Amino acid sequence: MLSFYKKLRWLDYVILVVLATFVGYIWFTIEGTLNYAWRWELIPNYILRWHTGREEWFANLLLQGLAATVRISIYASILALILGTILGVARCSANLTIRMLARTYLEFLRNIPPVVIVFIFFFFLSQQLIEALNLEAWSRSIARQENRGIWEFFFGNMRQFPSLVSGVIVLALFESAFVGEIVRAGIQSVGKGQREAARSIGMSHMQELRYIVLPQALKKVVPPMANQFITLIKDSSIISLISVQELTYKTVELVASTRLIFEAWITTAAFYFILCFGLSMLFRKLETKS
Amino acid sequence: MTTETPIISVEHLDKFYGTFHALKDINISVNQGERVVICGPSGSGKSTLIRCFNGLENHNSGKLVIDGIEVFEGSKEMRNLRQELGMVFQQFNLFPHLTVLENLTIGPMKVRKISKSAAEETARMYLERVHIPEQADKYPAQLSGGQQQRVAIARSLCMESKIMLFDEPTSALDPEMINEVLDVMVELADTGMTMVCVTHEMGFARKVADTMVFMEAGSIVEVSPPETFFTNPKSERCRMFLDQILEH
Repeated sequence: MLSFYKKLRWLDYVILVVLATFVGYIWFTIEGTLNYAWRWELIPNYILRWHTGREEWFANLLLQGLAATVRISIYASILALILGTILGVARCSANLTIRMLARTYLEFLRNIPPVVIVFIFFFFLSQQLIEALNLEAWSRSIARQENRGIWEFFFGNMRQFPSLVSGVIVLALFESAFVGEIVRAGIQSVGKGQREAARSIGMSHMQELRYIVLPQALKKVVPPMANQFITLIKDSSIISLISVQELTYKTVELVASTRLIFEAWITTAAFYFILCFGLSMLFRKLETKS
Repeated sequence: MTTETPIISVEHLDKFYGTFHALKDINISVNQGERVVICGPSGSGKSTLIRCFNGLENHNSGKLVIDGIEVFEGSKEMRNLRQELGMVFQQFNLFPHLTVLENLTIGPMKVRKISKSAAEETARMYLERVHIPEQADKYPAQLSGGQQQRVAIARSLCMESKIMLFDEPTSALDPEMINEVLDVMVELADTGMTMVCVTHEMGFARKVADTMVFMEAGSIVEVSPPETFFTNPKSERCRMFLDQILEH
């Protein structure tokens, strides 16, 4: 810490003071006109709350939302990794048709705003899928069961299971395009000599890919993939638009019922920040270790 | 040692890269157990020719028959044939994510469907053969260039190939490591393996070659036994080439 202060020169101090004055000035002008009564003391209740009837702590709106965001992010990442790997392999295929299909998918996703994509995927794909699989009735039957603890640990409130599924699918489809590009870069970074060596010992294209190219490619793309995972967490707030009850959705709900506009959004921002920044620090540490 | 059935036979083979005529009307045959050394200035098509043998490059016209099977682009037999053709590359091309032992066993296990224990036994035997049994559990990056190339040779041997192709196996090595690789190749030649080597190591060529091939600008200029090749080459171009590389 000491060395950090030593690195600051007098010019840095001047800039910092100017910035602080500016922020302070803006703050006081807003305070005068905004006339907003801060009620920070109410926020903790919406994270964890004491249930007086059952005599126990329970997760309230914001924490429920955070848990849902974490769950959705994990499942969507796994699905996106699988889809993205297939897409990345398809992008490097020797077959022109496969390459073109993969490219088309990618360009669509790249050149349409995420929100629009989310709606399209939701209405055209996951909605139909949920109906076709009769997920609604199935999850409701589980929600009525006695020992649903394990289900709720993995999927949260089972009544919202269908919306969680569509959230995961939509998010995974959306992110798969970017994961696919990362995988493609990884595959292309594996030298031509490796493929030739694999072929020269008689491996088929599939074997070459599975045993030689992909293990090396995926190892190389761990850092950008970790980054993409963090991006996915942030992007997950978009699916609140299709009523998936994750952190952003819960915050909207909270704001609507309590008018704690600033407090709620700042808390939610802090949650996202801690989650994403924590993960990015963790990944950085793991990276330097290996 | 040599018998009369050619295991590799090439007739009127042509190869183009776009408009560049890389191989021009190549005719050559290699018998079972024969050791052929191909030399020539760089860009003369030596590597391209040897890479055509196992289908890493596809020829545009002509006939290439290996072990009784005609090789052409996309032929289904190519994969089976490649198992019979060991290839050693200039840049070793070991699999960096696998240990030495895994490098040697992955081919037999995945391609030939041999059990892990049997594959490992064979692998250890060939590591012994190339004099580095103690390196089995290391990764390629931990080995010297000479050791890596010997692992690459062992990897090809583990596939129990009938023919070994060497594409400038010592060109990427530091001088002090060249001999350890050449020694292994000489020992391999002594076992009666059919070998086709692209190399500039003339000492090695003199020691093991049954036939010397000189190529220039995509054509085979001279094919002769080493005795006449080194002492009395027929073509002027070949004489000049030999003068240049044997000067030192």
